[in-house]
Amino acid sequence: MTTPTTPTPGPTSSTATGTTPDAAVRRRALAPTAGVVAHRAPGGALARMIAVEARLMVRDPSVLFFALLFPAVLLTVLGLVMPWADLPYDDSDPLLGAITAITGYTPIVLSLAAATVAVSTFPAIIATYRQRGVLRRLSTTPVGPARLLVAQVVVNLAALLLAAALAVASGVLVLDISLPEQPATVLLAFLLAVLSAFALGSLVAARAPTAAAANGWGMTLYFLCLFFAGVWLPLPLMPDLVQDIAGYTPLGAATQAMTAGWVGQPFPTTQLLVMAVWALVGVPVAVRLFRWT
Amino acid sequence: MSTTPVVRAEHLRKSYGTTLAVRDVSLTVERGEIYGVLGRNGAGKTTTVEMIAGLRRPDGGTVEVLGLDPTTQAAALHERVGLQLQESAMPDRLRVREALDLYASFYPDPADPADLLDLLGLTDKKDTAFKDLSGGQKQRLSVALALVGRPELAILDELTTGLDPHARRETWAVVEAIRDAGVTIILVTHLMEEAERLCDRIALIASGQVAAVGTPAEIVTLAQGEQVLRVRPHTPVADAVLLAAVAGVPGVRDAVVEDRALVVRGGGTVVQDVMVALSRHDVRAQDVRLERASLEDAFVSLTGTGTPGATTTPPTTPAATPTTAPAEV
Repeated sequence: MTTPTTPTPGPTSSTATGTTPDAAVRRRALAPTAGVVAHRAPGGALARMIAVEARLMVRDPSVLFFALLFPAVLLTVLGLVMPWADLPYDDSDPLLGAITAITGYTPIVLSLAAATVAVSTFPAIIATYRQRGVLRRLSTTPVGPARLLVAQVVVNLAALLLAAALAVASGVLVLDISLPEQPATVLLAFLLAVLSAFALGSLVAARAPTAAAANGWGMTLYFLCLFFAGVWLPLPLMPDLVQDIAGYTPLGAATQAMTAGWVGQPFPTTQLLVMAVWALVGVPVAVRLFRWT
Repeated sequence: MSTTPVVRAEHLRKSYGTTLAVRDVSLTVERGEIYGVLGRNGAGKTTTVEMIAGLRRPDGGTVEVLGLDPTTQAAALHERVGLQLQESAMPDRLRVREALDLYASFYPDPADPADLLDLLGLTDKKDTAFKDLSGGQKQRLSVALALVGRPELAILDELTTGLDPHARRETWAVVEAIRDAGVTIILVTHLMEEAERLCDRIALIASGQVAAVGTPAEIVTLAQGEQVLRVRPHTPVADAVLLAAVAGVPGVRDAVVEDRALVVRGGGTVVQDVMVALSRHDVRAQDVRLERASLEDAFVSLTGTGTPGATTTPPTTPAATPTTAPAEV
């Protein structure tokens, strides 16, 4: 098995390309930087990653809608369409009876906003990056892939805060919901809700091998979260047992704690502790379980 | 400094569970060369370069790259080594220029992204999203990203897999341009033609071991050790004159005249020596054919495993490609 060839010189003939007119461009573009020890602006890469991830999120219409607009749209539509919106939230309780049902639904929507971003959007993106080798590709650079996770959390957190602000703003402006009796409690409960929801999402993000897997696991978890958060049936209408269970899930506790702060019930210590535990346990476990490839 | 090898790997070993991916690989890459790591799919090529690049920790053996230990100094190494990985994509909606700018921000003294786009022919695609690029464009972006840190060593893994012949040759020209700029290159490939065309030296890997190391010609010689040169004179020349002309030329093992053409068998520099000898005797060639064992033949005889990637690659005979010129004029 032989093949005929003309006697061509070996690979060294390629040096001839060094004399082509754009050789200078090539040299400028490629010449190695042996021995250069420059000081990179710390965080320069991270800042750029955050900017890039934000741009990518804005370019994805479905993510943009669900992460940013869905909570506000849901609250507004329910408030305008549902006949129960302006009825008292819960007649059997003096405090809950003093607010409208749509005001009572607002903490639920805030829980939904947290769950949508943290449990659905965030793990799906991370799993996609893992599946497609984006994380692995970054591990070949001096920066490494960990910063991409930080950038993702930052961008998702920003989206979530914006979504929550939009929801509350549209509730106040369009539906005339009443403002929280104890804003600090509501804010604290919301922040812990975000942390615990991200802890939950991180567990999915840590292990899901593919985007499809992340979607499957994330969606299951998401709908469980929504159920316990009271999206379909507000908590006061649920059986006591379900309410008790909900109080130990991140977003069930979140809804209960935010509602307590909203109407001026006693400080929701248990629910806040539940969320703190979810965050304090979930995040380190996710970090430990995290797979880069 | 310039005499220190860029890569010195000794007796590397790596297994995944019970699968021994790399049994015993030693190789030395010198500064400024294109070093081919050639072998069929699953031979252990990628695992080998991943250990060199500090992405995987060897189970055994030692490796030193640019004076650094990849297992403990990966971050420092990654500032000086650029990797183009098999099957690593960018986010779908990331645009070409954005990807380059992002990766440029990872390095202390990056190349100008505009220059790189120019070099890789991606300037008119700079605002195109990754998912809208062709396979060849994705590969070229991947190369650009590997080069944006202005590495001293670039590791290119299966660079042209999945590319059509035209895109493949364009990519080869880029590899040569990179080497000409002073970058040492490790080229992982299962394509004979690619290794033969680009590499200064090749390590032939089979079943996790180095089967042979040398220049493409040396590897072919190792396997077969013989070239066949067929020269048809421009004007009729007596057989005896032809044979006399090449008698005593070093490297000629056998010379006969067949069908008015001189057929010389030999090794080493026999081709040029014979042509010079003929020229001295005023014999001018109308047609010259060189028949020799291809790298593919060498591969089969050195590894005994059959053609690497035979099921996935187009014919790799040099005669099939315009760049290596038709055999008969």
